[in-house]
Amino acid sequence: MDIDALGACLTTPACVVTQTTSGLIVGMLLFLVAAGVTLIFGVLKIVNFAHGTFYMLGGYVAYTALGATDSYALAVLSGALSMALFGVVFERALISRVYGSNVLMQLLVCYAVVLIFDDLVKIVWGPEFHAMGMPPAFQVPPLFIAGGVVPPFYAVLIGIAGLIAIVLGLGLSMTRLGKTVRAAAINPQMVSVLGVNTTLLFAIVFAVGGGLAGLAGALAAPVRSLSPGMGFSVLIESFIVTVIGGMGSITGALVSALLIGLVRGFGTIGFPQFTDGLIYVVMIAILLLRPQGLFGRST
Amino acid sequence: MSGLITRRTMLGGSAASLLAAPWVARAQANTLRVGMQSILSGPIALLGTSSRNALMMEQDRINAAGGLLGRPIEFVFRDSKGQPQEAARLTRELVNSTGCELLIDAEASSGAFAVQEVVRDLGVACIHTNSETSSLTADPKIRVPTAFRVARQGVHDAVAGSAYLSEYANAKKLNKWATCSPDYAYGRDTTAQYLQFFKQFKPDVEVITEAWPKLGQPDFTEVITKLIQAKPQALFTLLYAGDLSAFVNQGNIYALFSQIAVATPNVDYPVLAAIKNLPAGIQSATRYLETFPNTPANKEWGQAYLKRWNERPTNWSWQNTVAMQFYEAAIKKANSLDGKALAAALTGMKINTPFGVDGTITMRDDHTTIGYAIGWGQTTPKEPFIVDVKAADWGKIIELETDWKKQQKYI
Repeated sequence: MDIDALGACLTTPACVVTQTTSGLIVGMLLFLVAAGVTLIFGVLKIVNFAHGTFYMLGGYVAYTALGATDSYALAVLSGALSMALFGVVFERALISRVYGSNVLMQLLVCYAVVLIFDDLVKIVWGPEFHAMGMPPAFQVPPLFIAGGVVPPFYAVLIGIAGLIAIVLGLGLSMTRLGKTVRAAAINPQMVSVLGVNTTLLFAIVFAVGGGLAGLAGALAAPVRSLSPGMGFSVLIESFIVTVIGGMGSITGALVSALLIGLVRGFGTIGFPQFTDGLIYVVMIAILLLRPQGLFGRST
Repeated sequence: MSGLITRRTMLGGSAASLLAAPWVARAQANTLRVGMQSILSGPIALLGTSSRNALMMEQDRINAAGGLLGRPIEFVFRDSKGQPQEAARLTRELVNSTGCELLIDAEASSGAFAVQEVVRDLGVACIHTNSETSSLTADPKIRVPTAFRVARQGVHDAVAGSAYLSEYANAKKLNKWATCSPDYAYGRDTTAQYLQFFKQFKPDVEVITEAWPKLGQPDFTEVITKLIQAKPQALFTLLYAGDLSAFVNQGNIYALFSQIAVATPNVDYPVLAAIKNLPAGIQSATRYLETFPNTPANKEWGQAYLKRWNERPTNWSWQNTVAMQFYEAAIKKANSLDGKALAAALTGMKINTPFGVDGTITMRDDHTTIGYAIGWGQTTPKEPFIVDVKAADWGKIIELETDWKKQQKYI
């Protein structure tokens, strides 16, 4: 524990800017993955343990698309859209068969998908890791704001993720589809009785969830290594985000993802040996005070 | 009519098979099976596969030269998935059920220690090709009469790296250092070992901050920004493979490498190939480099590997190749495959090989190799990737290794 270093950091603008940016980028990418987990749980009450696979495949598809098109924008779009499509196929072919089954059955289906696609990735892309490399447009020196370091690539990523958070929030609260999704989250039987095509609705939810995870994988690919099984590490943190934020709450996912990002950003200065442990301490503390999570509904 | 098998043809074929059966059986029995188990799946499968590739090249070379004791050799490869208990089980199975008469243990350290105890029990000859943990052979309690190591050793690397880095730090006046290594036994123990020797060579060195990211951590941003805040003059890191690649890519966008000097022993061809914007001037060891030793034989082997597998060899590749070169020489000398006879032949043996710093590598009395190529230089984004390579002083390595062994009460 190094409280002096943390105190010094919090009173230095350069350190605050650098560590806050660091926390924001970790948090925003986490939010994109966790938003899908919480959306799917909120509407379908399915805990999608295969969600990390969408993140992994999004990264790999973007890696291949960049090689084929030489355009990072197209690569990101390919990663997101292909995973949205994969989300629909996953829901229709597998998950729709275990609605209402016990959690163990759902877990087994998801785990099978994780293992199958980890092996398929090894066959298609090889067992070794890959790195996409930074797009030429972002191979520029970092910005210095109040003495703090802000990489332009991260600033753009934070902007994109922030925009998606706003679109998702507004979409859920203002549009007809969003309202229907929220209604289905509360009472799916009633929504079905009212004549809404819930089959289509559930597929859309999986498309959005999968697409967001694929987008996160594709956006992060220039700076994170691609390797089979890489989805697992983000999956665990996504669940922590979902639990802290409240199962099913998009706002909760955003707030808790940013919270985890900032805990990581500043925790590494003050608690270098205990940064990961600190996240779990925060989670336990929040769950003791609010068992349903920050924005969750108590049942 | 053609295409149908008549009763007469069938009978004739069966008779021929019966007559030929003993010959087939004898041919199979004549084949010398060599068992090898390694990590052939999972995140570091690339290293296990590169071991297998090198051994398949050795199999072809040895068989083209008439085999061992006049018998063709055949490798039996098994995947331990990096699990020590599986490695131990497979070793026993390779000898008892598959009929392997020699063993190549191509496990990382965790598996090698498990295999060591099985070999102690079986008494068969075994060469560990990838474990770098010094105590495997340095500690007399762990050492096994018929087991040897043909791999770089942690303590050798630590002395060589520290000696090079202290000279570099003195020349550049770098006293404030940071460390960033994976948070498990290898990262923590080896960092401590490097620092011990580093402080011995350069007493005024100061470690002002440490970072211990998890193995396989996707994001190193907070580690990088912490390093920027601490303002060290130089960084020593033991991150490797995908973690090192991600760290470099993420450090690049913070211009980390223009702010501090970086040193790592772990830059090898797969990392070099994967990092798209490798910063120039990282101080790095040569785990395997085609241009060090800069000899035609080393270059020829590296190119042959590249041509056959369409990828570059790793550190594990050359180590497995040398293991077979030692077996070949020892079997010729002992004229036997018996574990004890081979152990006697291997002990103190010196062989000519492209991977020795002077063209030779010696198997020391304590069952580990010395004289292999250890060099440090600096990275450059294009081939040959590491330039200005300086060879380590093996006299100094052995002197400090002996001191270390005394400290550990191994001698």
